[in-house]
Amino acid sequence: MLAGELGPVRKLALEHQIKVGDFFGAVDFVRVTQAHIMADTESLGEAGVAWLEMLASLPSKERRVRIPTITDPRGTDFEKSAELKQAPWMVELERRAIAAFVKLGVLMTDTCINYQTVLPATRGEHVAFGDTGVVIYSNSICGARSNFEGGPSALSAGLSGRTPRYGFHLDGARRATLAIRIDWVPRSLDEWGALGGVVGKLAGNYWAVPVIEGLEAAPGSDALKHFGAAMASFGSVALFHIVGVTPEAARFEDVADRGLPLHRVGEADVRKLCASYRQDDGVDVVVFSAPQLSLMELAHLAELCEGKRFVVPLLAVTSPQVKPDAQRMGFIERIESAGGSVLAGMCFYQSYAREMAEANGWKRLATNSAKLVNILGGYGYRPMLASMEACVDAAQTGKLA
Amino acid sequence: MRPTYYIARHVMGNPVRGTALVANEGFSARYDLDRIRGIFSRPEHKLAGQSYSDRILVLDTAKGGVASAWMLYEMASRNMVPLALVFNSVNPIMAQGAAHAGLPMLAGFDCDITGELVNGDELEVDPPGRVLRVIRRE
Repeated sequence: MLAGELGPVRKLALEHQIKVGDFFGAVDFVRVTQAHIMADTESLGEAGVAWLEMLASLPSKERRVRIPTITDPRGTDFEKSAELKQAPWMVELERRAIAAFVKLGVLMTDTCINYQTVLPATRGEHVAFGDTGVVIYSNSICGARSNFEGGPSALSAGLSGRTPRYGFHLDGARRATLAIRIDWVPRSLDEWGALGGVVGKLAGNYWAVPVIEGLEAAPGSDALKHFGAAMASFGSVALFHIVGVTPEAARFEDVADRGLPLHRVGEADVRKLCASYRQDDGVDVVVFSAPQLSLMELAHLAELCEGKRFVVPLLAVTSPQVKPDAQRMGFIERIESAGGSVLAGMCFYQSYAREMAEANGWKRLATNSAKLVNILGGYGYRPMLASMEACVDAAQTGKLA
Repeated sequence: MRPTYYIARHVMGNPVRGTALVANEGFSARYDLDRIRGIFSRPEHKLAGQSYSDRILVLDTAKGGVASAWMLYEMASRNMVPLALVFNSVNPIMAQGAAHAGLPMLAGFDCDITGELVNGDELEVDPPGRVLRVIRRE
């Protein structure tokens, strides 16, 4: 591959992987079974799309991925781009990127919840996943092995079928580096996300691995989805253990040595983080996204929308795999009858969030996603974190209680 | 007397000289930047409002999501990109992004590198030599 006998695309992929592997002291490669590519066009830009098109223009046998390779959310829902006031050039750039990925043999799943909807990785399975929420869930809850693989690296892994063996592919990096004692159990998804944010801030960097005690009952998949996604967002964390819950941590001793730095986290810490985002009570837009909503979240949202009429936009973003089920079960009709809008295959912050804000006059945004509030400050929003119930009420009244 | 050079454990890219922009703060291209204007845009960031273009960014750690891996390449295509990246610790995304964009990067020092340097210091980033040299202190 490196000699170019399998074509320039695989050579380029391997050269990229060697640069990254050398940087982290990897001594060899590990074969991976799946890759997941984050590549929205807001990140790619014209230059990134042109680079993909260059790869896609090469002969078919040289350019196609050699393992199942799937995609993270796109930068639009083509059916709703006009409603979002996205510019035609954004939509056209998306179409070009998709065409290039299809030529590369990539499966356009367009989801950041592939562990709920496509093919969860299993314990000990080495994968090359992008999207920090996907990685932290797959590493922690599934027991799979992945580093954060940005778009170029995930695509390289798809093309080469391997990735440099460093970080969370190695046993040693998966040992806990700090202990968290939690004395309070969140009740709602925004609280799970906020708790993840608090732990992420304490951990503080990619190489930190929190081991968490005090959560004796197993949280559900959606709770852990928000918990992990926020931890990864606030702290760049890629792996956590919950004693008695996650697969590698049946006992504390399985993943940690005694004497680790111990942090106690409780309800006050979570309330403090939530309060830090409560700068206003007026709301311009309500968004449920990041991560995409599961079928169960959409079912709950549909219940909350019953009998309501919204005065500000309410956007609920899900995956292309979930939307047909939600349609069939009537959830989408119930949400949209109240004035909401259900979008699929995109994620709010990956969809030109700054330009959407300017085009729609959105600044004050209410959401139940701790990950989303952490991201959107840099895009000029004033994001506020609240429960799904409070956010739906805010869509009806224009005020967050 | 402060050192005139610092050894890095993790290195990538070619040597470059330039002016430092320093903060004991994390960094994500998606979370922290207005990439069109070439400034730090997150209001809470210690470098909020400052231009990063053609500066050697000296920061604590890489944070946030995977988008930086593409974004550095896109920023480089418009010549609105830092000259080099210097971190105390770095996550894979920043290394992958620097590799894809051809940006020099150093990380992993025996000190807090953000406490050793100030804005305006003239630096040489020398990845092949595994060293960060201070040419002139502000």
